[in-house]
Amino acid sequence: MAHPLQLGLQDASSPIMEELLYFHDHALMIVFLISSLVLYTISLMLTTKLMHTSTMNAQMVETMWTILPAAILTSIALPSLRILYMTDEINNPLLTIKTMGHQWYWSYEYTDYMDLNFDSYMIPTLDLKPGELRLLEVDNRTVLPMETPIRMLISSEDVLHSWAVPSLGLKTDAIPGRLNQTTLSATRPGLFYGQCSEICGSNHSFMPIVLELIPLKHFETWSALTS
Amino acid sequence: MLDVEAQKPPNGKWWTPPFDPRFPNQNQTRNCYQNFLDYHRCVKTMSRRGKSTQPCEYYFRVYYSLCPISWVNRWNEQIRNGTFAGKI
Repeated sequence: MAHPLQLGLQDASSPIMEELLYFHDHALMIVFLISSLVLYTISLMLTTKLMHTSTMNAQMVETMWTILPAAILTSIALPSLRILYMTDEINNPLLTIKTMGHQWYWSYEYTDYMDLNFDSYMIPTLDLKPGELRLLEVDNRTVLPMETPIRMLISSEDVLHSWAVPSLGLKTDAIPGRLNQTTLSATRPGLFYGQCSEICGSNHSFMPIVLELIPLKHFETWSALTS
Repeated sequence: MLDVEAQKPPNGKWWTPPFDPRFPNQNQTRNCYQNFLDYHRCVKTMSRRGKSTQPCEYYFRVYYSLCPISWVNRWNEQIRNGTFAGKI
């Protein structure tokens, strides 16, 4: 989850998010290097009394500042495409969960081998217990097994929503009439928070998502209890 | 409509619809709808031929896992009213 005064991305809890973190560091480093180079050059230009008023051609520098940006862009594009294709890999999910966006809550359906269906509303600020997170806690958390690929099918019952969990690198639009698939795979147990990411009306900021990832054995116990 | 309890796998054995290469992309709407249609067509054909509808259970489990419950209820209601748009 996010913490106050956070500067970077949330800690990664899925393999794809780890890759995205590294990619973000790589791209940001390039951005910082180029910005410092440009700022340095500007400062050099502005702090000299020398002048050169007869530049006719500058073949060498023109070639350099064409080839070098092309190389930099390639070094950004290649890892980016690698990660993009990684998100499309075929994996064999162990479980299928459906989530439907409503105004203004999420509902979850576990129908592989049980008829479980529940709504997940945000806990109002006045009802929070001490230590709970404002605008992020929900009454019924989505319980899932960790370290297993899970097929998430996301749709909506009314308007556009978007189901996002940043620490797992997930964000998928919930579109009425369409069933969007994404794969969820957490590397560790814990609580992972997210918020609706597509404007959907007055309470768009108040329909969070909380995933509770637990070991498979405990998930089997939980699912036996709830079915 | 058949009971989910009847299809429940034994404890410890997990089943979820496998990857279907006919629908490899993010949009799985057609996957859900196609299996729903296939289940009803299978049941209709098997019943017409007087055979058991047990082989149709695969399609049932796939569509029941993939399709949102509200969609399934709406389609079943339409079938009961004779207003379902698909060809079964």
